[in-house]
Amino acid sequence: MSVAPAIETRNLCKRFGAVQANDNVSLLVDQGSVHGIVGENGAGKSTLLKMLFGFYQPNSGDLIINGVPLAFDSPSEAMAAGIAMVHQHFMLVEPFTVLENIILGAEGQPMLKHAMTDARAKLLGLEQQFGFDLPLDTPVSQLSVGERQRVEILKALFRGADILILDEPTAVLTPQECDQLFDLVRLLKSRGKTILFVTHKLHEIMAITDAVTVIRAGKVVTCTATASTTPDDLAEAMVGAKISRTVTREAKDHRSPRLRVDGVSALSDHGHDALKAITFDVYDGEVLGVAGVAGNGQTELLEVLTGLRPVSSGRVELDGILINADDVQRGPTKLRQMGLAHIAEDRLKTGVVATMTATENAILGYQHDPDFCQNGLLKLSAIDRAANTYFDSQDVRPRDPTLPVASFSGGNQQKLVIARELARDPQTLIIGQPTRGVDIGAVTKIHDQITELRNAGKALLVVSADLDELMAISDRIAVMCGGELVGIVPIQDADERTLGLMMAGASGAPHSEEASA
Amino acid sequence: MEFLVDILLLSDSTLRVAGPLILAALAGLCAERAGIVDIGLEGKMLAAAFAAASAASVTASPWAGLLAGIVASVLLSLLHGYVSINQRGNQIVSGMAINIMVAGLAPTLANAWFSRGGQTPLLPSEARFTEITLPFADAISGVPLLGAIYSDLLSGHSLLTYVAFVAVPTVGWILYKTRFGLRLRAVGENPEAVDTAGISVTLLRYQAMIIAGILCGISGSALSTALGAGFIRDMSAGKGFLALAAMIFGKWKPVPTLLACLLFAFVDALQGRLQGVALPLVGEIPVQFTIMLPYVLTVIILAGFVGKMEAPKASGIPYEKDR
Repeated sequence: MSVAPAIETRNLCKRFGAVQANDNVSLLVDQGSVHGIVGENGAGKSTLLKMLFGFYQPNSGDLIINGVPLAFDSPSEAMAAGIAMVHQHFMLVEPFTVLENIILGAEGQPMLKHAMTDARAKLLGLEQQFGFDLPLDTPVSQLSVGERQRVEILKALFRGADILILDEPTAVLTPQECDQLFDLVRLLKSRGKTILFVTHKLHEIMAITDAVTVIRAGKVVTCTATASTTPDDLAEAMVGAKISRTVTREAKDHRSPRLRVDGVSALSDHGHDALKAITFDVYDGEVLGVAGVAGNGQTELLEVLTGLRPVSSGRVELDGILINADDVQRGPTKLRQMGLAHIAEDRLKTGVVATMTATENAILGYQHDPDFCQNGLLKLSAIDRAANTYFDSQDVRPRDPTLPVASFSGGNQQKLVIARELARDPQTLIIGQPTRGVDIGAVTKIHDQITELRNAGKALLVVSADLDELMAISDRIAVMCGGELVGIVPIQDADERTLGLMMAGASGAPHSEEASA
Repeated sequence: MEFLVDILLLSDSTLRVAGPLILAALAGLCAERAGIVDIGLEGKMLAAAFAAASAASVTASPWAGLLAGIVASVLLSLLHGYVSINQRGNQIVSGMAINIMVAGLAPTLANAWFSRGGQTPLLPSEARFTEITLPFADAISGVPLLGAIYSDLLSGHSLLTYVAFVAVPTVGWILYKTRFGLRLRAVGENPEAVDTAGISVTLLRYQAMIIAGILCGISGSALSTALGAGFIRDMSAGKGFLALAAMIFGKWKPVPTLLACLLFAFVDALQGRLQGVALPLVGEIPVQFTIMLPYVLTVIILAGFVGKMEAPKASGIPYEKDR
């Protein structure tokens, strides 16, 4: 008699209006195993998870936990059955302390004083057992992202969870924090916990899971032991077609610097030093990648380069012309005319207006251009033509420019932005998070495009939170930490470990060409 | 000696005016801490004042008046809750709608029921919350200073004023020392966290709205059955908004909110004392200007002196499960 699986779902279906988010999903997760779930954005992973922990209720199908058929009406019922979820966006109350966050909803008694005393005793035991070292009385707002994630995991353990669902847990972590998380996952597994590990990074699946299920378009396409599959097979199963990189980096000799950043400092919105004396050049025919944990000055750097933020000292030159210094600040329109394109980091905030149509967004930033506007009136047919050209050139789907941008997927929104920014054949491109929220098929295409632009002799600066991405497309990688440029590593010397240590501020560049003063 | 008497009188009326303000500010605090902006405090106060005066006038009992005031205010709170919580409507619009509706409805009903030009009949003292003399107030009134403070300043207020001052530590205790308070504060910061912890966001927010309704009901009742003796048109006179300002000035915390209320009440008492008084140098200030004082102060304080304000993060944002 074998042990019942920790989670079994049979033909689980969930519809939202006309959209079949989950279609007959059957899943089998063994007790005490780490089970990976992979799929593209919008494949239906989140819907499945939310049904498993009671946030959504399935339209049909069965859910069997530890051999017992169950139906959850709410997360608290799932919790009672020992299932807890660590969300990608943490479910924490920032001004509350770690302890308050952990007991919220599981206080046990009406008076906080006693509830906290009891919880503290229980938590100390748990912390010892699982090697946590969290400051219980510190507000969560003061913790790092990695620590917040551990608070979420501890919260789950405190509630007696035996099955933990981790939703894209590594998306926000540095490589070192990822290693720590993997260690913790292994420890949890060794203590008999079952872990559902959701991600779209295939090397993580290979590294940590025992079995893996691939979901595409709401359906299970593969379910196999990790040992008997390869990342290529999984990628193919996720996308439904072979992905191959068609463009390779050509050898280039970088002749002249196109963008010069010289000792630039700038203040953040809150008046702190966001950039501290940053110096680097971007040459034509190269991609300079900028790595760093989110919030270490990358956003401000993008803004300084694209005319959105003044410098407090230092100077930025584009093609030998001063564009941002003490007494000069050229705005985005002027910079566009000078051949600088900006693909914004936060698409929905600065790249598009989500409630306006794709056609209208297709000329955003170019609305005063004589091609699109005459005597204050928009030339609507010219704008329509431009939008259609963009849709064709980037294969934006669905092919209907009259839809509001919000109704396109992240990948297709990004394609539209890229088409718009490339339309004027810019010589210099500033790109923030080129593939954030973009599915894996489109990611390859965007990476190929970046490489093509580089081969064509353009100068590109790419900020990304995804190290794999930077390693794939960059010629050199600059690492930022605490507003400083820790160093610039040529791609042949770059590896995750080195970059990770630099991102955490633990070491400088191995062969630093340039460093901040 | 005359100066001391002035100070005592001024402090005395400060406490008197502060009562309804404190209760209303606490009502707003409970609502906003749970994530619902309650700009309808003014309307709820006015509705409670009218209901309390009407009921007290008919039954000749202040307690019946208080009950009617609370019921009226809670009903409006629930209406605001329904719009904000179930229908995910705009909370500012809903609150303003309540203010405007009550401003028109109360005098109209008063006219229909009592035919006195939109007022309720003058309440006899047995139908009001009259001044309470604290124990031994007479006995120690002879003691210098302390006796005067106790018997003239602290003693001799209506029951509802004392309720207001007791409400401050009570609300503080509920918010910071109980499970309910922890959840209420959480739902105003991150309702999703509360939902995923298995607690109903809807229920919590309705509970907060009911508490706000009760507090605001007492506040309005105090206007017409303790401070005044009957309902008159627009008798809340912006106190609901002043309470909201005090709550913001008090950074959504009970004790600082109390202090802010006392400051506003003091300025209000001061403007009462300044009316018709010739000041050195400037002479007599026209009454229109003195009446402006509390409101001008509000603008100045909120514009310049508060510094960075951290409102509850989810305040004013309807909670939707599927985003």
